[in-house]
Amino acid sequence: MPITWSATHDRQGLDIMDTEITLRVDGADHRLTVDTRTTLLDALRERLGNTSPKKGCDHGQCGACTVLLDGRRANSCLALAVAHDGAEIVTAAGLATDGELHPMQRSFIEHDAFQCGYCTPGQIVSAVAMLEEAATGWPSTVTFSPPDGTAGEPDTGPVDLATNPDEIRERMSGNLCRCAAYANMIPAIQEVARS
Amino acid sequence: MSAVAPRAMGQPLSRFEGEDKVRGLATYAFEHPVPHPAYLSAVRSTVATGEIIGIDCSQASAQPGVLAVLTHLNAPRLGIDDGELRILQSGDVAFRGQFVGGVIAESSEIARHAAALVRVDYRERPHDVDLESSRERGQLRVPQQTMALFPMDTDKGDVDSALAAAAVQVDSTYRTPWYNHNPLEPHTTIACWTSAGLTLHVSTQHPQGVQTTVATAFRLEPDQIRVFSPHVGGAFGSKGPRHSDLILAVMAAQLVPDRPVRFALTRHQMFSQTGYRSPTMQRVRLGADADGRLTAVAHESIEQTSRLKEFAEHATRATPTMYATPHLQVRQQLAALDLPTPAIMRAPGECVGMFALESAMDELAVAGGLDPVELRIRNEPDTHPLDGLPFSSRSLPACLREGARRFGWESRDPTPRARRHDGWLVGTGVAAATYPTLRLPGSKVTIRVTPDGRHTVLMAAVDIGTGTRTALTQVAADALRVDLAQVELRLGDTAYPPAAPEGGSAGITSWGATICAGADELRRRLAADHGGTVPAEGLEVTVDMPENPHLKQYAMHAFGAQFAEVRVHDETGEIRVPRQLGVYAVGRVVNPKTAHSQLIGGMTMGLSMALHEASILDPRYGHVVNHDLATYHVSSNADVGTVDAYWVEEDDPYVNPMGTKGLGEIGIVGAAAAIANAVHHATGVRIRELPITLDKLLPHE
Repeated sequence: MPITWSATHDRQGLDIMDTEITLRVDGADHRLTVDTRTTLLDALRERLGNTSPKKGCDHGQCGACTVLLDGRRANSCLALAVAHDGAEIVTAAGLATDGELHPMQRSFIEHDAFQCGYCTPGQIVSAVAMLEEAATGWPSTVTFSPPDGTAGEPDTGPVDLATNPDEIRERMSGNLCRCAAYANMIPAIQEVARS
Repeated sequence: MSAVAPRAMGQPLSRFEGEDKVRGLATYAFEHPVPHPAYLSAVRSTVATGEIIGIDCSQASAQPGVLAVLTHLNAPRLGIDDGELRILQSGDVAFRGQFVGGVIAESSEIARHAAALVRVDYRERPHDVDLESSRERGQLRVPQQTMALFPMDTDKGDVDSALAAAAVQVDSTYRTPWYNHNPLEPHTTIACWTSAGLTLHVSTQHPQGVQTTVATAFRLEPDQIRVFSPHVGGAFGSKGPRHSDLILAVMAAQLVPDRPVRFALTRHQMFSQTGYRSPTMQRVRLGADADGRLTAVAHESIEQTSRLKEFAEHATRATPTMYATPHLQVRQQLAALDLPTPAIMRAPGECVGMFALESAMDELAVAGGLDPVELRIRNEPDTHPLDGLPFSSRSLPACLREGARRFGWESRDPTPRARRHDGWLVGTGVAAATYPTLRLPGSKVTIRVTPDGRHTVLMAAVDIGTGTRTALTQVAADALRVDLAQVELRLGDTAYPPAAPEGGSAGITSWGATICAGADELRRRLAADHGGTVPAEGLEVTVDMPENPHLKQYAMHAFGAQFAEVRVHDETGEIRVPRQLGVYAVGRVVNPKTAHSQLIGGMTMGLSMALHEASILDPRYGHVVNHDLATYHVSSNADVGTVDAYWVEEDDPYVNPMGTKGLGEIGIVGAAAAIANAVHHATGVRIRELPITLDKLLPHE
C-alpha cells in the first residue's frame, strides 16, 4: 500500500511527519492523518474518537488497550499506527453486532466480572481471542506444565477451556484488573466456552 | 431515624451501566468528546531536593504545534496553602518527580516530545529519604493530622507491668512496604476555561472537593466551576484527595482559553503524583494468661510523610477495637522526608495495622498452643475495650465460626511444616478483619416527583466501580417506597447538590441516609401541603444529611474473618494461594452481587499485598525504581485461585436507616495476615516483612 509523506522540519531539523493511512475499525473504513509517533491506541482514541480500548500503562503491561488486530489480540499501545496501514481492527465496541451484545459481554455482565470497567473492554476482546486460540490448539505454559505440579502433555489439539480454569487464568494474565474481578471472570469465560 | 423496609435492597442486580462498560462506551474523564482539544505533557524534577537555577523553554516552544510552555516563571499565583498542591510557585523542588512545568500542544505526541526538550538546571541539596534510621537520628514526631477514631497515643492500664507478668508473650516487629494504588485508569483531567467559567472532567472520588479546591486555588467562586465525573476507572483512595495533576491541568488550560486541555498522567508519573501508602514499621507486644486471655496489647507504628504536607496513616487504629484486654497502649510516630506525600489507600490504617496485629495473634496462638480461631473468640469483648460503649452490632465470633465451617478448619493439624503434596508444603491460616462504620459530612440531595410517580434523585456522588449507581438506586427506591423503575438517580456532576466523598466505606451510609431523609421530607410535604397527592407541577425537596442520634451511644464497626490456604514449593520456594475465603458481618447487604465483587476484590488486593506489591525506593535519587506495571507487580489472573466471600445476617438499627456498615475496604483487612499465617503453617517460617517472596522462605546457608 502506498504511503503519502508530508514532511515538515522544525528548527532543529527534526522531521515532523504526518502520514495518511486507512484503518477499518469495527467494520467502518477510516482515512486519517497520523503522526509517525502515533500509536495505534492513540490513533483510535485521540484521532478517531473510539475510546473503547483504554490506556492504562502505554507500555504493553496492563492489556487495557487490547484490540483484535487483523484477527489476533494485540496491545494497541505497542503498535505504531503507520505500521498498520490498511489493518482491520475490532474493539469491544465492535464485538456487539446489530445492537446485540457478544455472548462474552453478556456473560461478563451476568457474572459481574468487572467493577470500574476500565480494563473490561480489553479483557473481553482478549477472552474472545483466547477462545479462538485455544480452539486452534495454541498451547500455553499451563498446557505443558499445569500449576498443580502434574506433568502436562504437549498436545497440538484444541484446549478445553470450559473444564480447565488454570488455562484461562494463564491465558488471561496479560490483562490486569486492579478491582480484581478475576474470580468472576473465570466462570464468565467458562460459560461462553461451554456454549 | 426510622428503618427502611427492604424491597429493592437485597436483590442481586447487575450493575446498571454494565452494557456501556462491556462495550467500552462508558466515558471516563479523558474520553469526553470535546471540540478541538489540546494536550498537556508534564515536566518533572530530576533531582530530589534543590532549586531551579535556569529553565530553557526555547527548544520546546519552537516545536511546530506547541501552544504554550508552563513553568514557575509564568504560572499563576495560587490561593491555596496545601503544600502538595502549591506547584510552580517558586523554583524549589521538594521531591524527585515533582511537577516543574508542562507543555501544551496540538497533539499528545508533540506535547510529549516538547516536554522532553524543556531544559531545567538545578542547584541540588542533600536529601533525606531514609525512614529506617529515622528513629536513631531523632527525626520522629507524633503526627498532628489524623483520621483517628482514637487519639494517636492511647493508654489504658499499665502495659509494661502486665507484659512482664504475662504467662505467654509475643514481641515482634513487622514491616510493610510502600504501596501504590495503581487504578487502571490513570488520573486524568479535561480542563476548559471560557469567559463563563471553568469546565472540568475529572477522574475523582469527590467532584465537590475538586470544585472547592480549584475555586480556592484559582480564586474563583465554586459556582463558576462545573465538574463532571460520570465514570471513574478505579481509585482505591488515590482519587479522594486532590493531587497536583489537577492543578497543573487547570493552570495549563488557563494559558489556552476556550481550548479544552486533556491531561493524563503516565503510569510512571502515577508513582510520584497520586499519593501512596507509607511504609510502616510496627512493633506489637501481646501478653496473655495460660488460657490465652489477653492481659496486655501494645502496638506502635512508624511511618513517613513528606515535607510538604503531613499525612499519617493511622496504622494502630483498629487495635483498641479488636480484643478485650485490661492493659492497652498504642503509639504512632512520623518522619517527614524528601519524598512525595502519602495519602489514603484502601482501608488506610486497618490494612497494614491488622497485618501486624493479626500476625501477632497467630504468633500468640502458636506460643500458647491454642487454636487461632478459638484464641480470637476467647478474647471477644462485651463492650468496646477502650471507651466501654456497647457495639451497635458485633458478629466477629459468628464470622470466625461460619468461616471455619465453610473452610473446613476443624480437621486442621496445627503442626507447622507437616503437610506435603507432590513437592508442595501446604498450610492454612486465619485472621480477623475490621473496619469502622463511618459517615462523612457534606451531603445534600434533591428529590423530584412528578404526577406520573417518577422520582428523580440528584446528588454529586460518584461510582468508582463500587456499584454505587445501582445500590444507591436500590436504597432510593426503598426509601421512596416505589419500584426501581420509578427512580432515576443522577450523579457525577456538581450541578447536583454536593455529596460527601466516595471513601471510608461510607458512601452508602452518607449518601443513603441523606436520600432516606429526603424521602421522609418528600412524604411530609406531600401530606402536609398537598393532601398526599403529587401536584400537577410536581414537587421537589432538598435536604441535608441528617444527624445520627446513636453516634455517641454505640461503637459502630464491621468485622470479618479471613481464611487462606497456601502452597509453598519445597525446593523452589514458589508460593501459591489456591484458596481464600472470607466471612463478613457488614450489616445489611444492599446488592449481594456488587457487594460480593467488592469483597473478593479487596481480598485479592490483599493477596497482591501479601505476595507481590512493593514500591522500591532508590535512596540515592529518592524515587521509586519499579514505577511501572511490569516491575510493580499487582496480582494477575494466574496469581489468583478460588476466592469466596460470604456474610452473616446482621440487623443493626443504629448505624443508619438502611442498616448498612460499608464493605469496600474490609475485604483487604487481614487478608495478608491470613496468608502470612498460612505460610507459617505450611513452612514453619514466620514472615514479618511483606511481601512474602520466595527468597525469604528458602534456607540461607
